[in-house]
Amino acid sequence: MSFASAQFLCFFAVLFVLYYLIPRRHQWKLLLAGSLFFYFFAGWYCLIYIGVTAVTTWLAAQKVGRLQQEQDAWLKAHRDQMDKEQRKAYKAAGKKVRWRWTLACLLLNFGILAVVKYTDFVLGNVNGVLAAAGSAARLPMADLVLPMGVSFYTFQSMGYLIDVYWGKYPPERSLGKFALFVTFFPQLIQGPISRFSDLSRSLYAEHRWDSRQIAMGGMRVVWGFAKKLIVADRLAIPLRELVSAPEQYTGIYVLAVMFLYAVQLYADFTGGIDITIGVSQMLGVQVTENFERPFFSKNIAEYWRRWHITMGTWFRDYVFYPLSVSKGVLKLHQKARAKLGEPGKRVSVYLCTMLLWFVTGVWHGASWNFIVWGLLNGVVILVSQECEPLYAKFHGRFPGLKGSFGYRLFEVGRTFVLMSSIRVLDVYRDVPLTFKQVGTIFTSFRPSVLWNGSFLELGITGADWMVAFFGTLAMLACSLLGRKEPMREQLVRRNPNLAWGGCAALVVCMVIFGIYGIGFDATQFIYNQF
Amino acid sequence: MKKKLIFTGILWCVILAAALWLLNALFMPKYMSEIPEGALIAEYYNETAGHDVVFIGDCEVYENFSPDVLWREYGITSYIRGSAQQLIWQSYYLMEETLKYETPKVMVFNVLSMQYGEPQSEAYNRLNLDGMRLSPQKLAAVNASMTEEESLLSYLFPLLRYHSRWNELTGEDVEYLFHRDQVSDSGYLMNVEVRPAENVPEGKPLADYQFADICYEYLDKMAELCESHGVELVLVKAPSLYPYWYDEWEAQMEDYAAARGLQYVNCLEIVDEAGLDFRTDTYDHGLHLNLYGAEKLARWFGAWLTQHCPQVEDRRGQEPYETIWAEKSETYAQRKTALEAAWAAEQKEDTPQ
Repeated sequence: MSFASAQFLCFFAVLFVLYYLIPRRHQWKLLLAGSLFFYFFAGWYCLIYIGVTAVTTWLAAQKVGRLQQEQDAWLKAHRDQMDKEQRKAYKAAGKKVRWRWTLACLLLNFGILAVVKYTDFVLGNVNGVLAAAGSAARLPMADLVLPMGVSFYTFQSMGYLIDVYWGKYPPERSLGKFALFVTFFPQLIQGPISRFSDLSRSLYAEHRWDSRQIAMGGMRVVWGFAKKLIVADRLAIPLRELVSAPEQYTGIYVLAVMFLYAVQLYADFTGGIDITIGVSQMLGVQVTENFERPFFSKNIAEYWRRWHITMGTWFRDYVFYPLSVSKGVLKLHQKARAKLGEPGKRVSVYLCTMLLWFVTGVWHGASWNFIVWGLLNGVVILVSQECEPLYAKFHGRFPGLKGSFGYRLFEVGRTFVLMSSIRVLDVYRDVPLTFKQVGTIFTSFRPSVLWNGSFLELGITGADWMVAFFGTLAMLACSLLGRKEPMREQLVRRNPNLAWGGCAALVVCMVIFGIYGIGFDATQFIYNQF
Repeated sequence: MKKKLIFTGILWCVILAAALWLLNALFMPKYMSEIPEGALIAEYYNETAGHDVVFIGDCEVYENFSPDVLWREYGITSYIRGSAQQLIWQSYYLMEETLKYETPKVMVFNVLSMQYGEPQSEAYNRLNLDGMRLSPQKLAAVNASMTEEESLLSYLFPLLRYHSRWNELTGEDVEYLFHRDQVSDSGYLMNVEVRPAENVPEGKPLADYQFADICYEYLDKMAELCESHGVELVLVKAPSLYPYWYDEWEAQMEDYAAARGLQYVNCLEIVDEAGLDFRTDTYDHGLHLNLYGAEKLARWFGAWLTQHCPQVEDRRGQEPYETIWAEKSETYAQRKTALEAAWAAEQKEDTPQ
């Protein structure tokens, strides 16, 4: 059941009405039942996968939490009989046991994720090696079906388990409530990857009817659908055409692919997240924001702090930081510093950054495209960091430049172009083809296709291009005007008629200009595949 | 603040609903100047009096029988509930719907659609079903007809289907926002052009000549429905030379009619008797009859009805039929004159000087 489907709208309408009709203490149970029902639509087998993750994580967290409690109680009871060293040794031993339970659960769940998501990728590569070695032998593909949202719920659950292991909060005692945290339907499809401490409070709370929250949530849902159906799915049509025949569409077409895909992905992903957050808000549940006007970033590092924020912070907190302070990396750091002096200090940072981006790439998809995409991001961020002194020198020479609007615009434009260039790896079949296509920008640019009508033969008409253009402008305007406070909040405060009128106009635009119905497949969100 | 928010919200929901209703009317294809077949089904609801004979079926009924001739020459009041490539389940539900509005003496069903055992195309479904008023019959017809890509919702809210016409809208869509012109004469779609039937292809051999079970099921349901309403069901095969009507199909229909005790007329067998001449009486090389052919066939069929269905009355001189049909005949004659003039002009243009 995709968000952009009549089934979802009916499902949510029924759930919404029941949610505010039943006794409030049962609301979370209804949400759990609704979430399982929603997930069931993706295939009954998916319930097994998500069920295993929910149950094993809950059990492991319970065990880890209980061990911690027992340890604390024992220490309290025996404090006087132990010296500092003994207490430290006892704590370390306890931590080791807790880590074993945590690790077992991490291995199991990341193992499931690895098997369902990466088996064919590995087999394909083995076959590639066999072929390169001249062997005729081939391993058969496993063709495993990917459970919906497996990357999202696995990461969310594992984040919770690690937090419990770190003692950030006690484990959730109710299996049902924890299962709701894992399966909460609005964020199953494409995130965000919520933290238990952020989501649980409002997820399990009793909610009264709150007209303002419901209206705001509803408006956000409409905005999300509009972005998805009017802009993202409209641009998907020429993009499909451009990518399906790469040998035909070279030069400036590749440039078009870069920018169109950037806009399409933004409209698609942020549209989906708007629906997620809006739907949750209508149910009184506060879901973490996942975007902060990313295309206004001045550099790639900032971009990644503002794009898919919950994924970035997940990798930062559970991969980058632990890796940076791990024994191995600290040892490497010392060795590199001893051997290389001052520059050696950077070696561990390079390593951790590249590892982080490698994992980020792998998370995005089982293909070399994503791995190279991740590594390229890492390289660009490191190069930017290394160039900081040069920038500082440059700005020292031109002191007035940095704060100027023109320079800021340049920085924003540069980041957008750079991000779009790297992201083109998402769209083409494989890495060599991607580089070949990008190369044609320099070898056969052919700008004449811009005005000879060729762009009108990519599956959409001139009028469609205009709709996409104005839709993109509207998104840009909303981002600009909603810098301090979302547009809908501003409008409601000024005059509710403006907000509701705008919302009604958006619905009308969506109904007319949306890409849906016969001949269109508008149901899938790009981030479903991750 | 909250109250104001709710009040304005409700107000705007009402405005939105009205806007969507208006847009629905705007975006629905009007079928006035192009594909008038799409307007046929809805025209039935404009009828002000009942009919003794109702024809149900595909293009072979709405192109081949002239209700005006049936009235003028036999006093038979009739209506054609036909539409392009009407499938048998669509015919059944149209029959069921018709019986909600009136109880004719005879229902005439054209059997060509027995060849289709499954939904065919969305485009034809739309031509057949969009015009039906919302009713249990319409919902059932939609459910039975939908191809894989279609959804019931888009039949309930056609804007969801036709929204993509936003860059194809014309003045006609505005002109006919709230009303339609009558494109047919009692369901008969007039065509006066003449294109002789030459080199009509023989039917290609089929792997299986057996009509699908589902077609028989619907035919049974039609027979039962008519029986339960005291209506006689007459089966016909109109005299179209193409699509080819196989002997094997003919045998099945004859057997069925005999087993069910129904009257069945294969008009392909009475072509000479009716005086049909496929050099002058067809507008598309034998697929359909033109006006002249349709009038000849109606003349023959009127006589047949009078002889074989005595319950069908001669209503001439009876009110309100006399008044209604006088008006209908006038419209029919005007349309005929206008179309003949247009065809003559077209012929003149095409003639080398």
